Amino acid sequence: MNPGTVRVPLVVRKLFSRRIVLAAAVMLLVVVVVALLAGPLSGLDPNETAVSQRLRWPSPAHWLGTDELGRDLFARIAFGGRTSLAIAGLTALGAVAAGTVLGLAAGYFERLDALLMRLVDAMMSFPDILLAIALVGILGASMLNVVFALALVYTPRVARVVRASTLVVRELLFVEAARALGAPTLRVLWRHVLPNLVSPITVQGTFIFAYAILAEAALSFLGVGVPPEIPTWGTMVAGSQAYAHQALWIVLFPGLAIIVTALSLQVLGDGIRDLLDPRLRRTA
Amino acid sequence: MWRFVLGRLGGMLVVLSLVAVLVFALTRAAPGDPVAVLLGDQATAEDIARAQRLYGLDRSLPEQFALWLRQLAHGNLGDSIFLQRPVTQALWERAEPTTLLALLAVSIAALIGVPCGVVSAVFRGGAADQLLTGFAMLGASVPSFWFGLVLMQIFAVSLGWFPVSGYGEPGASLAERLHCLVLPATVLGVLNSALIIRFTRASMLDVLGEDYVRTARAKGLPEHRVVLKHALRNALVPIVTVIGLTVALMIGGAVVTETVFGLPGVGNLVVSAVTRRDYPVIQGALLIVAAIYVVINFLVDLLYTVVDPRIRA
Repeated sequence: MNPGTVRVPLVVRKLFSRRIVLAAAVMLLVVVVVALLAGPLSGLDPNETAVSQRLRWPSPAHWLGTDELGRDLFARIAFGGRTSLAIAGLTALGAVAAGTVLGLAAGYFERLDALLMRLVDAMMSFPDILLAIALVGILGASMLNVVFALALVYTPRVARVVRASTLVVRELLFVEAARALGAPTLRVLWRHVLPNLVSPITVQGTFIFAYAILAEAALSFLGVGVPPEIPTWGTMVAGSQAYAHQALWIVLFPGLAIIVTALSLQVLGDGIRDLLDPRLRRTA
Repeated sequence: MWRFVLGRLGGMLVVLSLVAVLVFALTRAAPGDPVAVLLGDQATAEDIARAQRLYGLDRSLPEQFALWLRQLAHGNLGDSIFLQRPVTQALWERAEPTTLLALLAVSIAALIGVPCGVVSAVFRGGAADQLLTGFAMLGASVPSFWFGLVLMQIFAVSLGWFPVSGYGEPGASLAERLHCLVLPATVLGVLNSALIIRFTRASMLDVLGEDYVRTARAKGLPEHRVVLKHALRNALVPIVTVIGLTVALMIGGAVVTETVFGLPGVGNLVVSAVTRRDYPVIQGALLIVAAIYVVINFLVDLLYTVVDPRIRA
């Protein structure tokens, strides 16, 4: 290795040795950068209306055309992406945090296991989107409530995976050794069990990020999610669907943003999982 | 055998009671007094108190829960506040489009998913496998409302092959109603086939590595017999599960597709109930949908013992 090159950890190099995973990571980076920087870079206002410019086909002035109120579609997708990504990211964090606590408790304390896992089963008997709709409907439609509802919906998935891994890790010798040395339970969980669960949790977090992008869009589309005046990829499709027969692109482009983001996240999650579990590797 | 069935039955009942508790807790978690919300600003304190007595909301939570359970035991889910009729009746009226949609969609999903999964596993690592695995991942990334709107534009608006939305005029024949379901079922079927491809592929890969598959090959059976008879039959258990659970999840989970195509289904009922804050409907629909899932899950478990006698032990 040349002295000038940056040392890339082996794991990362292995992860990106598959071109499709690298492509997904790059796509994701592009989406995030555009979402964060589009405002200052393009100088466009996502809410500026120009009725004389409505429903225009993509052009140099409006890269992705304009919607039914003459608003620039590119600016709206970029700003909407900020909200969509924030909601999905917070959802993934919330679900991972709550699911990890539940899963650790169920996996480590045998007495809690049966009850907690039946509770997880019960929560997973509701179709994701229906439970989210009911929760948001009951709590009231706001960005924070959407995050809360979706995090609650995805918590059981994380809990199941964390529990399964905890059951394996807690039987390992170093955990027994730590216990034999008299380490307090919380310390055993935090210092010895949890670090060994980081990889399955990361994989789940990535997938939930992708699901949450889709679920937020669906909730907004149904009009029970983020209030319609806030641009997100879901509210954009919902707001414009009546004009789809005149200008299909106003529905097409926000949808493509959702697909690209969700697909990249899933490819990335899949890549991480393959890396961690060679048995699942796709190519022989 | 009976021990297995009874064990599963017990587990199912525990989960069902937890579902009931969750549904009850959910609707009581609403901020503010539901009755005050329901009656609006014009209601006097006296009106509210009367309505609270009517719905049993003046009692303690455990009492309310017991009351609700007693109603449930009589098959009574309460009355819809907005529709002015029993929730069971409202659900029953919405059951047909949802059930037919779920069955059609899952047939499409299985017809795509199982063959594709088998091909993917047999030609593991090849071009077909990569293409199908990519398709499976794409299917899980496409929002159903978006796919529905695009198909609707092409096949209903431009080509005019299918109705744009709705479930036919009242009194439409079964053929006409099924015609209305073709596009929504295609949307759900294609997108859900992704999951079935993944499961079929994984399950087939497990089985293809088994000794008896090698034996079958070694004794000179043609490859298609090895794959279809020796491997696929043994790989079926997880595939049957995922197909069964897909049906269950589509009842209520198809809400977005139902809305896009204006189908008067169960999901649609819940969305309108949420916007009207019609709590008895939300409560009843969630309970029924989850109960259907739990029961189908149980039946799939029982089916296992038929498909694979080793599980009975």
